[in-house]
Amino acid sequence: MKILVPVKRVIDYNVKVRIKQDCSDVDLSNTKMSINPFCEIAVEEALRLKEAGTASEVIAVCIGPKIVKEQILAALAMGADRAIRIDVEEQPEPLVIARLLAKVAEQEDAGLIMMGKQAIDSDNNQVGQMLAGIMGRPQGTFASVVKIEGDEALVTREVDGGLQTVALKLPAIVTADLRLNEPRFTKLPDIMKAKRKPIAETTAADLGVEVTSTQQQLSVAAPATRQAGIKVASVDELVDKLKNEAKVI
Amino acid sequence: MKTLVIASHNNSTLSPVTLAAVSAALKIGASFDIFVAGKGCATVAEEAAKIDGVSAVLVADHDALEYQAAENLAATLQANAEGYSHIVAPATSVMKDALPRLAALLGVGQISDITGVNGEAEFVRPIYAGNAIATVTSSDAVKVITVRTSAFDAAPTGAGTGAITAVDNAVDCGLSRVVSEEIAQSERPELASASIVVSGGRGVGSEENFALIEKLADRLNAALGASRAAVDAGFIGNDHQVGQTGKIVAPDLYVAVGISGAIQHLAGMQGSKVIVAINKDPDAPIYEVADYGLVGDLHDLVPELEAKLASVL
Ligand SMILES: Cc1cc2nc3c(=O)[nH]c(=O)nc-3n(C[C@H](O)[C@H](O)[C@H](O)COP(=O)(O)OP(=O)(O)OC[C@H]3O[C@@H](n4cnc5c(N)ncnc54)[C@H](O)[C@@H]3O)c2cc1C
Ligand SMILES: Nc1ncnc2c1ncn2[C@@H]1O[C@H](COP(=O)(O)O)[C@@H](O)[C@H]1O
Repeated sequence: MKILVPVKRVIDYNVKVRIKQDCSDVDLSNTKMSINPFCEIAVEEALRLKEAGTASEVIAVCIGPKIVKEQILAALAMGADRAIRIDVEEQPEPLVIARLLAKVAEQEDAGLIMMGKQAIDSDNNQVGQMLAGIMGRPQGTFASVVKIEGDEALVTREVDGGLQTVALKLPAIVTADLRLNEPRFTKLPDIMKAKRKPIAETTAADLGVEVTSTQQQLSVAAPATRQAGIKVASVDELVDKLKNEAKVI
Repeated sequence: MKTLVIASHNNSTLSPVTLAAVSAALKIGASFDIFVAGKGCATVAEEAAKIDGVSAVLVADHDALEYQAAENLAATLQANAEGYSHIVAPATSVMKDALPRLAALLGVGQISDITGVNGEAEFVRPIYAGNAIATVTSSDAVKVITVRTSAFDAAPTGAGTGAITAVDNAVDCGLSRVVSEEIAQSERPELASASIVVSGGRGVGSEENFALIEKLADRLNAALGASRAAVDAGFIGNDHQVGQTGKIVAPDLYVAVGISGAIQHLAGMQGSKVIVAINKDPDAPIYEVADYGLVGDLHDLVPELEAKLASVL
């Protein structure tokens, strides 16, 4: 079984975003970029399934301009066997991403698509569900445990009230939540080896997908900032403030 | 123009977050219907029919919708989407699962987690863990939207006289089945709608010590929250996580105990009216957003606070 792992290049989760002066967008110039943390967890899970003998090959796929090679190399250094880059100038909308991924998944005949639940830049949380819908496949979103048993994937999902375990008929789409695993660290030799792994390049046109757009970002603003408050000296003072100043108890 | 609001429920009662989604629908401006998908969910439909201003309540009552699994829910909604300009749902885990799939089936985009409505096609939503607020427009024929419920007041209910109609086109895709569920039962208020939330972080130290946080929560009749680190360490269940990838809360009072204040945690609680932080590190970033900070060891301060509250409440 081949596992396809879509990975996205995003701002590093440790970096505080800046907003452009003209409020048109966030400013990503000279900003540290990384693999989206949820995608990294997805790569790790795919690798573990391969190491357990459940999967035969792990293929990373990334949609973006040439620069996303940095994140492709990071996925290859973790242990993915090969990669595919779909060349686009700008980040397409989730529906288009899902259509592109659907074509690749068909071409590769992937038995499992293991991906992030959400990109930490757009916070969309959409592509996996859209991809599953387009392909008419079952979906196991927000996964904290994944097991393959026969022709089914057993996925434990983090839901509002607790946990839910679903059985999905393979092929299926699974999206990773934070507690699925802890991704491995890559060592220098892995990075050297990654440079020799194949990266195939293709385009939306090659895949027969039209890059359309129906959503437009008009502006971006900084969130309302909170005024830092005061430090109280004692529990008594805190209780007094909550009761008589803030009036919340 | 007509909006379809998807009800959040557990087959017996309507979840109050549905009313926040109705508020968003009212701001969009059109008249609205409510869709109830479930199994044995007649009482939910009756509750939904009382929401002020609702035109019709459509009920798909079917075995395949018992858990509102995304595959079946999205296909069922697709079969009933004709005639609606907007499809709106509260951003619960069920809806976050199903609505993007529905959008893809309809061939349109989805707009996640809106916190504001500027008109029929213009919406406000946080991005980058709430560190930027985007205003977006959509030209899609049907706008599929999930609503951040903490950002909208509950719409009025009780005076509605919606007509309840059963629909018989529920879809069973047969692609997945629910094997088991571990849903926490709690007497405490729900995180998403509580007016006070008490949360513990890694600083609490152990599952046993979390009893201190629980006691304080109970004293305040508060919901119980946690940081990701506390959940990862097994102090408490995942359904308590507050933050970018957990629950988003905006109570009147949020008490953060032993939580450093990482941006991903702040993303889930910085809309709270009053924030209290208890931390032994006077430079912890949580103090940058806290109205009242108390510096010290939580093992002493939390029991003291609980005891003193007992005498004033
Ligand atoms: C993609 C992504 C998504 C994330 N999503 C979330 C999310 O949704 N929610 C979330 O919370 N985090 C999330 N995180 C994790 C986040 O970055 C932080 O790691 C996490 O919030 C830290 O939790 P904490 O504050 O409990 O732990 P720490 O940062 O370890 O802080 C513990 C605090 O306790 C204090 N302390 C220790 N002992 C005591 C004592 N005895 N008395 C008083 N104070 C004490 C310390 O001074 C410290 O400030 C996410 C991370 C990533 C990468
Ligand atoms: N440009 C991209 N290239 C590859 N995968 C992507 C891309 N954008 C999104 N994804 C995948 O979709 C997941 C969810 O993203 P989103 O729905 O945008 O929050 C990510 O974690 C990735 O696995």
